Amino acid sequence: MADLTSNFVGIKSPNPFWLASAPPTDKEYNVRRAFEAGWGGVVWKTLGSEGPPVVNVNGPRYGVVHGADRRVLGLNNIELITDRDLYKNLDEIKRVKIDYPDRAIIVSLMVPCEEEAWKAILPLVEETGADGIELNFGCPHGMAERGMGAAVGQVPEYIEMVTRWCKQYYSKPVIVKLTPNITDVRQPAAAAQAGGADAVSLINTINSIISVDLDVMAPNPTIDGKGTHGGYCGPAVKPIAMNMVAEIARDPETSGLPISGIGGITNWRDAAEYMVLGCGNVQVCTAAMTYGFKIIEEMISGLSQWMDEKGHTSIDDFVGRAVPNVTDWQYLNLNYVSKASINQDDCINCGRCYAACEDTSHQAIAMTKDREFSVIDSECVACNLCVEVCPVENCITMVQQEPGMVDARTNKVVEKEHGDWTTHPNNPSVFAAE
Amino acid sequence: MNHSTSTAGIVSGRLNANALVENFDDLHAPLSKHEALVASDRCYFCHDAPCMTACPTSIDIPLFIRQISTGTAEASAKTIFSQNILGGMCARVCPTETLCEEVCVREVSEGKPVEIGRLQRFATDRLMSQNIHPFVRANNTDKKIAIIGSGPAGLACAHKLATYGHDVTIFEARKKGGGLNEFGIATYKSINDFAQKELDWLLSIGGIKVEYDKAIGKDISLSQVQSDYDAVFIGMGLSGVNALRCEGENMANVDDAVTFISDLRQTENLSEVQVGRNIVVIGGGMTAVDAAVQSKLLGAQNVSLVYRRGKENMSASVYEQELATSKGVRIIYNAQPLKVLVNGSGLDVEFGYTETINGKLEQTGEKFNINADQVFKAIGQNLSGASEILTLSGGKIQIDENGCTSVPNVWAGGDCATGGDDLTVTAVAEGRDAAININTMLLS
Repeated sequence: MADLTSNFVGIKSPNPFWLASAPPTDKEYNVRRAFEAGWGGVVWKTLGSEGPPVVNVNGPRYGVVHGADRRVLGLNNIELITDRDLYKNLDEIKRVKIDYPDRAIIVSLMVPCEEEAWKAILPLVEETGADGIELNFGCPHGMAERGMGAAVGQVPEYIEMVTRWCKQYYSKPVIVKLTPNITDVRQPAAAAQAGGADAVSLINTINSIISVDLDVMAPNPTIDGKGTHGGYCGPAVKPIAMNMVAEIARDPETSGLPISGIGGITNWRDAAEYMVLGCGNVQVCTAAMTYGFKIIEEMISGLSQWMDEKGHTSIDDFVGRAVPNVTDWQYLNLNYVSKASINQDDCINCGRCYAACEDTSHQAIAMTKDREFSVIDSECVACNLCVEVCPVENCITMVQQEPGMVDARTNKVVEKEHGDWTTHPNNPSVFAAE
Repeated sequence: MNHSTSTAGIVSGRLNANALVENFDDLHAPLSKHEALVASDRCYFCHDAPCMTACPTSIDIPLFIRQISTGTAEASAKTIFSQNILGGMCARVCPTETLCEEVCVREVSEGKPVEIGRLQRFATDRLMSQNIHPFVRANNTDKKIAIIGSGPAGLACAHKLATYGHDVTIFEARKKGGGLNEFGIATYKSINDFAQKELDWLLSIGGIKVEYDKAIGKDISLSQVQSDYDAVFIGMGLSGVNALRCEGENMANVDDAVTFISDLRQTENLSEVQVGRNIVVIGGGMTAVDAAVQSKLLGAQNVSLVYRRGKENMSASVYEQELATSKGVRIIYNAQPLKVLVNGSGLDVEFGYTETINGKLEQTGEKFNINADQVFKAIGQNLSGASEILTLSGGKIQIDENGCTSVPNVWAGGDCATGGDDLTVTAVAEGRDAAININTMLLS
């Protein structure tokens, strides 16, 4: 039986599934429910400085992109950091940690970019017994207008500076949460590392307008006739987040920096994908907000089953395993040739492959009068579009052309040796280097 | 000699072999992987889900469906089996239309439930076809428990006790195990010898011995078993058949529906099973429907299912009633058999119409006759052969909420006990819960 125990930068939890800093972790009641349901850890919703807490809007905070059956594909929110009193939160954190010593509790923080502000709050957090802190440099709405959240995360120098203060005034692990609302995520990651961060977590939410109310002529959610941009999350952001994770994991400067993966993780498979791309653990929010805390049971059973099937006994066996296979386009093997192949027994004759190829690609699929579809090898560039639009899984597959065969499209013999753009004769820089 | 649906009398081979095989094939084809993914996608993962509450074994239905949707059917099967070790059979025979699927929020809102039964079969088939047994027996406790009967209640009890590390001996009156799963269910609901395969798979937990041809009260006595074992669980079912209590019911070709169903399940060759041209089935439960439908599938020309009360009172679900009529069975409501008469080489059953007045069933005085080559009685079964030291209630073994009988260290469950309701899934729940209680008592 697979061992799901997680040790992320020295923070132990019974499984690698944490709830992200967000509405589900705003107070004791929710966090206790989460732990009872089986979550390995929580990042407590962001605390601000002592004093009158922030206020939230009193109209709607969320908007959603739905699938046809009201499946939540993407979620947008304009909620701010905790609007509850700092000391109330701290008391609750302390109580919950005492009752659940085996679970991870990380405290998310967002205070002004001044040393005094950090120096004031960090000892208070230290006293709760929580396992670490996460610096919220990511929230793109509301707080960013006040020079916090994403406003800090978009300036690498600020990240480094604040991280350094935290390492100076706090003894436990410091995780820096990154905003995706930047051009190159490696720079803030490197800044966090330079400041002494124990880990980075990403992504925070993406600037978004979820939809527009065409009657009111305003973005949703609409509050008294106006809307504002929010932070986008949920399954829709997963591909964007995974790319950012991989960029950090494979960059020589930041490789080895522990990563906590966040962004649309809904089931065990999503988690496994993040982890093989270099994440030591994952954080979940939208899936819990959609289905409740019970989804943790599927994540645990699914990851266990997959690990058993693959012979992984601990999560360290597979964390980062796909990182060496993430590369730049220029290093992809141009001598690798494949062709689409349609299995006539599985084909249901819908013609979607034909429409896609004929209208938008390479005219590489033939159609007979009795609706039989077949690939024209001399036209097929192996783009994979037909495979992806086919409603029948594995009906169309990509078949590798063995070295020595002649590619019917180029009339060239498929070469055995690797050959990529860096050595390709059409690449002007190949000659420039000579 | 070639027979047809219209051949007079009781003969075999009314339909050709191919037609018979087709007729008795799976009632519902198994879901393909793609179909299962699409079906699972319809589940809303409801909180405190009504389907789960409706299931007598409380299977975590939203969870197992979510596990199918994320490509882990094996984990899904484990979720099912952890509550109901006979989840494979229940997926086939449960009247889901009156249990989980009836209360599915999509049934209530759209009239089209998530296909819970078929999804359960998809997951359980997946694990069982790999011959994986998902549970491990605990260390041996040296406690010995006897179980009377290897039907759903006995098997569920035995398996649970075996997981605790106890040694279990099942005494089975017949030559073959499985109880109603093996002998009492329509052939098209459990094809390819599924009941025996499931039994073998269940026993692979270890620590369970089955002694066949050992009937309680005949080959073994309850008091003997009681003194030889630390605890006894009785899951002996109902082996007696209720009488029609009408004139002529002992005539030849007035048969028990359960015998007809059992013979059909045990046959190697459907072409050799005899059935009359004209059939009358008397009763209103699943046994009546199973006998009527299978008579039709064997090639009987006219099959009448006669029930003494109205459609809404029938214990067979509306779904089952519609299944029967779709196969060509004629259902006559509000009629009661008065006598069985000889009519030439066949029989005539005289019925009287009934009506319910002030909650009481009364004859209207109007009568009619139906010609029949065979009459099947399906008006329920009764307890037969239970030891006289057990206290009975309403003709069944009296048990409390833990499954305890009136006799110390003797538990009971399933159809033979007061909580039974003729459902496989209820018997499984009672056998399982009795095992939990037995374990608690033995270790206290």
